[in-house]
Amino acid sequence: MVERGISKMSNLEVDVAVIGGGPAGLSAAISAKEHGAKQVVVIDRNSWFGGILPQCIHDGFGVEEMGISMTGPEYAESYIKIAKKKDVHLMHETMVLQFNNKKEITAVNREGLHKIKASAIVLAMGCREKTRWNAMIPGDRPSGIYTAGVAQALINLYNIMVGKNVVVLGSGDVGLIMARRLKFEGANVLGVLEILPYASGLPRNIVQCLDDYGIPLFLNHTITYIKGKERLESVIIAQVDEKMNNIPGTEKEIKCDTLLLSLGLIPENELSKNVGIEIDEITGGPVVNQFFETSLRGVFACGNCLQVYDTVDILSIDAKNAGQHAAEHAVSQKKKIHGYNKVTKIIPTKGIKYVIPQMVIKPGRVHFTLRVKKPGEASTLHIVNKDKEIFKKKLQCVTPANMVEFDVNISADIITSSENLEVELDG
Amino acid sequence: MGNRLIYLYHSRHSANQMKNFQVAIIGGGVIGSAIAWELSKYAVDVVVFEKGSDVASGASKANSGVIHSGINSVPSSLKARFCVKGNQMFQSLANELDFQVHWIGKYVIAKNEDEVKELERLREVGMKNKVPGLEIINEASVKAKEPNVACYAALWVPAAGIVEPYEFTIILAENAADNNVRFLLETKVIDLKKQKDCFIIKTNRGDFQAQFIVNAAGLNCREIVLMLEEPDFYVYPCRGEYLVLDKSYRSLIKSMIYPVPEKDIDVLGIHVTPTVEGNILLGPSADFIDDPDDKRTTKETMKLLFNEAKKIIPMLPNKAVINAFAGIRCKLASKKEGGWTDYRIEESKTTSGLINLLGIESPGLTAAPAIAKEVMQMVSQHIDLKCKKIFKPRKKGKRFSELSEREQAMLIKKDERWGRIVCRCEHVTEMEVIQALSNPLGAKTISSVKYRCRAGMGRCQGGFCTQHIIKIMENQFGMNINDIKMQSPDSNLFYGRTRDI
Repeated sequence: MVERGISKMSNLEVDVAVIGGGPAGLSAAISAKEHGAKQVVVIDRNSWFGGILPQCIHDGFGVEEMGISMTGPEYAESYIKIAKKKDVHLMHETMVLQFNNKKEITAVNREGLHKIKASAIVLAMGCREKTRWNAMIPGDRPSGIYTAGVAQALINLYNIMVGKNVVVLGSGDVGLIMARRLKFEGANVLGVLEILPYASGLPRNIVQCLDDYGIPLFLNHTITYIKGKERLESVIIAQVDEKMNNIPGTEKEIKCDTLLLSLGLIPENELSKNVGIEIDEITGGPVVNQFFETSLRGVFACGNCLQVYDTVDILSIDAKNAGQHAAEHAVSQKKKIHGYNKVTKIIPTKGIKYVIPQMVIKPGRVHFTLRVKKPGEASTLHIVNKDKEIFKKKLQCVTPANMVEFDVNISADIITSSENLEVELDG
Repeated sequence: MGNRLIYLYHSRHSANQMKNFQVAIIGGGVIGSAIAWELSKYAVDVVVFEKGSDVASGASKANSGVIHSGINSVPSSLKARFCVKGNQMFQSLANELDFQVHWIGKYVIAKNEDEVKELERLREVGMKNKVPGLEIINEASVKAKEPNVACYAALWVPAAGIVEPYEFTIILAENAADNNVRFLLETKVIDLKKQKDCFIIKTNRGDFQAQFIVNAAGLNCREIVLMLEEPDFYVYPCRGEYLVLDKSYRSLIKSMIYPVPEKDIDVLGIHVTPTVEGNILLGPSADFIDDPDDKRTTKETMKLLFNEAKKIIPMLPNKAVINAFAGIRCKLASKKEGGWTDYRIEESKTTSGLINLLGIESPGLTAAPAIAKEVMQMVSQHIDLKCKKIFKPRKKGKRFSELSEREQAMLIKKDERWGRIVCRCEHVTEMEVIQALSNPLGAKTISSVKYRCRAGMGRCQGGFCTQHIIKIMENQFGMNINDIKMQSPDSNLFYGRTRDI
């Protein structure tokens, strides 16, 4: 898909360096070019660009963003083409080992070690999947347990069949899509288990991946035990109460050889943590201002390493903005576009899990994304500054699976007051 | 794979050479591997039968990794003798074989005045066993070194250290293999017959002959004896579960922290142990079980381990746990009997040529090099052991992530495969995976890669590297995907291709 990275390079100075060549990184890099950055490099550890997209062979990509439905590889290819046309420097099979607070990146590939000095860095490392041990499922340790994304890569990229009789734990989107994918390949998909009383994936995926293929969804269910000394032999499932404790007497053993885990995603921020960038405990991503800038000046974050997005479409739009701000920072570094003298913190309160950005440093129109804590009927979103409501929005019905987006005009008064903005949900 | 191993073997040696050995070791755990290594220094034909897909497949990989001092072993017992002697051998072994041993010491902590008496008793046992540097210190002195530990007083044991037990076992076995010891993996001994001057060893991979049998089968030691004579002992498997903490919590403690040993049963109690790699282990529990292969982890014990560890380190955070595993102790006494017996390291009185190593539980890792010397002595009474003229020292391995940037750049210049990172969490390169898969034992499972170069051991637990390792196995080692296993002979990972191309 991509030519070998340029050779014999050991020192490079660029305006913008993007770490991660998935949809977020490509989007940010293209946008950085469009906004005046001359030298833009994207560094990716895989031998391809597009991140997870090449293994997402189902369609639906691009609908919100471009009004057409593409497969993952098609969507990725469209971005890679633009990136190449715009002369974005793509370095593949290159692993960033670290970067420091002077924005000097150390990366390694087959050509050697590389030092890349950047005026601005965009973090776009994506996320990783939660494993069995994030959920601490007891029992034996057999083979046949895969995270849904690994199974997807093995089937779609490597043409390898992972199992015959399959149970899926977790109703995240990848899990739902893989339940259908395995059914297509002739596996017996015994069901999808979800510990919550509602599905974690998008409602359309419940219909298109499970209902249409007669795959049962068991809400309020979890796996309490894994059996199998060598290959997986069975799982014990049980119903849970509202506190997620197992209800005694509801245990059932299901014979299976494969367990797919779709337990959620963790933003990858080992590089960010190493350099001391502040991390939001809830999102798992860096704390950012409205310009997607992290606590380290000139370092921006976007994509799934910032927060786990619902769809790649919304992710790409946000990443474009991050790329733009990175370019602006790089080009006019010395002009001080924005300072940190006044910071207004955005605090999620009643009913809200998190809000991004976590802080606002300049007046103007600010784009927010948030997630609610629990599913609910029609409700109202309020933003309050010193007991004064500055924004209100009616929401039809809310669920944690659907990210909420909205724009708010933030006045200069609010910024100068340095008082927090509180975001809450009622109804 | 096993078939291939035998095939490869045939191609290099005549059938006769292959089937006849002077010494056959049953079991490729730390004891079997240490004996193999010891004997590999001498001109003697040795074979090791291991039923698992790699060495260190049982208790040798699932323990605390502690080099014990000898404060817990009854004076003048074999346990005390081999533990203290083994402890003294570790540093020079580490120098010779290039593995890490960290002499971080341990605190046995008393929670009240009553338990201080127990510390005094341990100190006395230790002094009888000639353990150096023992010292009972007050809470303030402990706090000065270990601010996160809650206690009333503690016994400081400077002579205790840590190693990675699987790494140690693998290194012993591989260096032995480099010096012509034959390791036959996935080879299970099914039956033994004693003939006049040799044993006929029946395995799932054909029959072999040997003059001496070393029974280092661990939990299966009784089964092996039973093939030749009526055993005068039983094995009582006792499971110990562990929790593993993420590396980001490594600074919680510097030394090992043990409670005073349990009263009713001979185990050391649930302790907190740093590992050489920078994780922290909580455990082990102690549950007598019927099935020696039952390495399950349980919800109840996970809770128990965490709660017990929290008594030692009150600020232990909930989300620190990233993994759980279990190992099985080979005890020769039941729970009712208190679980204590001494090691039995002896030649059978009824079957000459059968050397039995029975009940080798903790401190077996520590004792392994000393036991190996002892077995070598026993063998030398029957076979004239002559030192080999040429003994190949261990080729020192390199870890990309531990090298300086200069060294890293130089390696990549030499071979570009040093520049391709395959495991993102532990920064393991393609070259290291290839070296791991080229091991002289012929072990080629996903776990054998993991335990040799750490690919797959990090936070994502193989999410990124599994696909790359599989590709390397297929493309560079000609393996069929249906033969790729996780860690044991029947732990296949895949069911063929989704379609033929």
